[in-house]
Amino acid sequence: MKTAGIIVAIVVALALQTTIVRFVVSGTVAVDLVLVVVVYVALSSGSVPGLMTGTIAGLIQDSIQVSTGVIGIGGLAKSIVGFVTGLIGTQLNIAEPVARFVVFFGATVVHQAITMGLGAVLGLRTFGVPYTSVAVEALGNAVVGVAAFQLTELLPGAVERRRMGRSRLRR
Amino acid sequence: MALLDIRRNSGYLFLAVMLGHVILISAQVNSRSGVPVLESVTFGLVAEAQRGLSLGVARLRRTWDRYVWLRGVEAENANLRRQLDALQVQYQERRALSDRARSLEDLLALRDRSNLETVAAEIIAASASPDFRTLTIDKGSSQGLKRDMAVIANDGAVGRIVVASSSAAKVQLLIDRNAAAGAIIERSRAQGVALGGGDARLRLEYVAEASDVVVGDLVVTSGIDGIYPKGFTIGYIDAVEKAGPAYKRISIKPAVNFSALENVLVVLTTNPSNQVEEQKP
Repeated sequence: MKTAGIIVAIVVALALQTTIVRFVVSGTVAVDLVLVVVVYVALSSGSVPGLMTGTIAGLIQDSIQVSTGVIGIGGLAKSIVGFVTGLIGTQLNIAEPVARFVVFFGATVVHQAITMGLGAVLGLRTFGVPYTSVAVEALGNAVVGVAAFQLTELLPGAVERRRMGRSRLRR
Repeated sequence: MALLDIRRNSGYLFLAVMLGHVILISAQVNSRSGVPVLESVTFGLVAEAQRGLSLGVARLRRTWDRYVWLRGVEAENANLRRQLDALQVQYQERRALSDRARSLEDLLALRDRSNLETVAAEIIAASASPDFRTLTIDKGSSQGLKRDMAVIANDGAVGRIVVASSSAAKVQLLIDRNAAAGAIIERSRAQGVALGGGDARLRLEYVAEASDVVVGDLVVTSGIDGIYPKGFTIGYIDAVEKAGPAYKRISIKPAVNFSALENVLVVLTTNPSNQVEEQKP
C-alpha cells in the first residue's frame, strides 16, 4: 500500500469519523474508523507501515478531538496496535475473514486498554469497567475492517498486489 | 535502501516512536508539583548533571590548589604564623586582664564587706631572699601606708607592712619565720599565736592542752596583736600533736595562696581590732 494511499485512507477515515459516523451510529460512537485504517494498513503492509500509520493517524486524531487534553495518548496506543498487528500479520496467516475479525476485535480491545491505562496512570480520567462499550466498539471495528478487506479484494488484481507486497516483506 | 534498513530494524524504530510519544505526553501532563512532567524530569536530569559537574570542578580545583598551585603558600603560611603568634599574645594579655579584673572584683567585695578603710595595692615583686617571705606592693607612704598596717586578701590575712617608701612597701607574709599573728579557733574559740616557719605552713602555739582543737578547724585572726583586724581567715588546722605538758603543737595550712597573690588590700587603720565582724571564707 503506497504512502499516498495510506494518507488518503487516514484523511477519509478522519473525515468520516467526524461527520458521517455520528449520524449513522446512534448514541456512543461505536466505530473507530481511524483504528480500522491503522489495523488494515498493518495487516496488509507490515509492522513499520502500521507503526507509522498508527503514529500519524493517532496524533492527528488526538489533535482534532482533544478529548483528554493530552496529545499523544491515542498516537501511542495506535502506534503499539499498528506495530503489533503488523508483526502478527507477517507471522500468521490471516487471510480468512474470521481471523481478520479476531485481529480487528483484539486490536480494538488492546487499543482501549492502552488508552484507558494511560489515562488512569496520568490521572486524566477515572474509568469504570466499560466492558460493554469496548465490546461494542471492537465488534463494530471488526465488522467494518473485515468488510473493508472483502471490498478491496473484490477490486481487480487486489489479491495479486497483496501477495507481491508480502513476498517483498519476507525477502 | 533506507526503507529496507528501517524494516530490518523495526524494533529500534518502534522504541524511538514510543519514546517520542512518552516525551510528547510528558510535556503536557503536570506532575504533582504542577510542573509539566517533561520539564520536571528534564530539570531533574540537568540539575543532577550540574551537581556532578560542579562537584567535579570543585574537586579538581581543590586538588589543584592543594597539590599543584602552591605559589605563595609559604609566605601565606609565615604570615598566618605571625598572626597566630600575635593573637596568642593578645589572648594571653586578655586572659591576664580578665584574671586581674576578677581579682580586683574580689578585693572590692572584700572591702565592702569588711567596713575597713583600705587601699588596694598590686604585688610588684617578691622577696629577694628565700629566707624571708616578703612581697613588695606598689603603694607606699604617699598613699598613707605605714609600718605594721595589716595586709589582707580575699582569702584571708596576708601579712603586715614592715617597710614603706613613698611609692612602695614591703609586706612580711604570715609564713615568714619572723611573722606572728593572734589567732583563734573559730569553732571552739581557743586562742593562740600563729607563727610563720619560713615554709608553707604556720604553727599555732600557746594553745592550752585542754583546748578543743581538731584537724580541719578554721583559724582566724583574733585581733589581740593590734595589727590584724579580727576575724580574717588565717588557715585550717591540718595537724595536731602534743608538744609538752601545757601546749599542743598545731600546724596550720594557710588559706591564702601566697605564690598566687596579685592584688591585696592594705588596712589603713593601725589598730583595727574589733572593728569588723569575723570574716567568713
